[in-house]
Amino acid sequence: MTPLLSVRDLRVVIDGLHILHGVDLDVAPTGVTALLGRNGAGKTTTVRAIMGLVPRTGSVVLDGAEIGGLPTHRVVRRGIGYAPEDRGVFAGLTVAENLRLAERDSAPAYPLVHRLFPELKAREKQLAGTLSGGQQQMVAIGRTLLNGNRLIVADEPTKGLAPRIVTEVADVLARVAETVPVLLVEQNLALVRRVAGHCAVLADGRTAHRGAAAALLADEEAARRLLGVGRHPAPEVTP
Amino acid sequence: MNTVVLLACTGLGLGALYFLVASGLSLIFGLMDVLNFAHGALLSVGAYAAWWAAGDGGMGFWLAVPFGTLVGTGAAVLLELVLIRPLYARPRDQILATVGVGLALPALLMGIWGADARPFPQPAALAGTVRLLGAVVPVNRFVLIGAALLVLLALRLFLARTRYGLIVRAGVEDRAMVTALGIDVRRAFTLVFAIGGAAAALGGALAGLYFGSVNPGQGTGLLIFAFVVVVMGGTGSVTGAAVASVAVGLVQQFANYYTAAGLGDLSVVVLLAVLLLVRPRGLTGRLA
Repeated sequence: MTPLLSVRDLRVVIDGLHILHGVDLDVAPTGVTALLGRNGAGKTTTVRAIMGLVPRTGSVVLDGAEIGGLPTHRVVRRGIGYAPEDRGVFAGLTVAENLRLAERDSAPAYPLVHRLFPELKAREKQLAGTLSGGQQQMVAIGRTLLNGNRLIVADEPTKGLAPRIVTEVADVLARVAETVPVLLVEQNLALVRRVAGHCAVLADGRTAHRGAAAALLADEEAARRLLGVGRHPAPEVTP
Repeated sequence: MNTVVLLACTGLGLGALYFLVASGLSLIFGLMDVLNFAHGALLSVGAYAAWWAAGDGGMGFWLAVPFGTLVGTGAAVLLELVLIRPLYARPRDQILATVGVGLALPALLMGIWGADARPFPQPAALAGTVRLLGAVVPVNRFVLIGAALLVLLALRLFLARTRYGLIVRAGVEDRAMVTALGIDVRRAFTLVFAIGGAAAALGGALAGLYFGSVNPGQGTGLLIFAFVVVVMGGTGSVTGAAVASVAVGLVQQFANYYTAAGLGDLSVVVLLAVLLLVRPRGLTGRLA
């Protein structure tokens, strides 16, 4: 199966510090591909490098076209929707303005966004800075769904959210992945187990493992070695 | 009472002038993190272009003002495209470059037209005075106040109602995230520079009315107070800049009259220090 996104020898140096030493990563053309690793392994830097938000070298190929040298706005226009780790909502803008800012297509998919997140419709005049963390996450994911993207990159979308909201976000990701492939950076392994088909694991800025997500998480020794977990897995996401 | 009214009108007129310079400066710094030390020079370019057009150019005052504004806008766009844009990744060099332009342009104006102040032609309709609450107030104060109010209204409409306004407001918060939504923020940079240059150049043309003359150092002198206004108002906030401009203009005028000439400038610095002690992020809560 030809990957939708193929990353080879991705390297990032910031202020003389080597953050990524050569990351290799394939994102499957369907479903969710999880990017895993311990804290500081380089997951967020990897997705930021893919998006062109940090200076990088190496190859990033999207659907056969090299995008590794493009500036961020052109990477996005090639069809990658990005929901960053800190959600990246504009606190001083309303929910409607946050969404409007992301419009690229002539007919943005508001019906889809409002079907998945009816709360955003109800709160469209509210300042995004006054939303809860979960609602801000809805804005961040909603923005990626407005346009006909070929890939959605979500960086720790459940970070800091209440368990009930984590379940809601997991539901949405699973539904989104039915139509658009997702590259998911995530620490919540229960969520990964539920939604991800494939995974890549980073360690010290390098790719340490690639393969099926279920197989990795079922292998207690490998999970402990690569992710630092084992006997006490994270709580299950409510189905 | 007459004196208070006159001082208030003069202070508001001066505040209007500060606002015309500071509004663009604030947006440029808020959106682009560019400390544009050449902004005062844009005011001087607008002032001299309007002065030339009204005199030698034979356009008359009413055409000279838009002409000066247009020339200042062009100079701002040129500055952004040629000098600022190649240096976005080198902020220190960027500052040095704007300082250089801020020094070179007035020197160029001085080289062409000399260092002496040149009388600015006052149209008959604006040369007189009006009586207000017993005070005799020059008409040109009201022209400046009216122009500043129009610019404030236009900027607020631009920021609230247009897509580029939305991009600017978002960019002031998080420029990188704007690009991560697929937006080429550089176009917004050029537009903001053009808007800032236009407002400053309009300020330059109208400063000729206020001071009765133009001189090469006028823009640089006003720039210092415009920076004070930007810090007080909160970077990127047009409304904050408007409020701070009024405060600075009034404090300066009243302090100069009721204490000693020159203490007005000191009072503004004290006002800035007190405000930053109480509200470190300026009037609108944005980090200065």
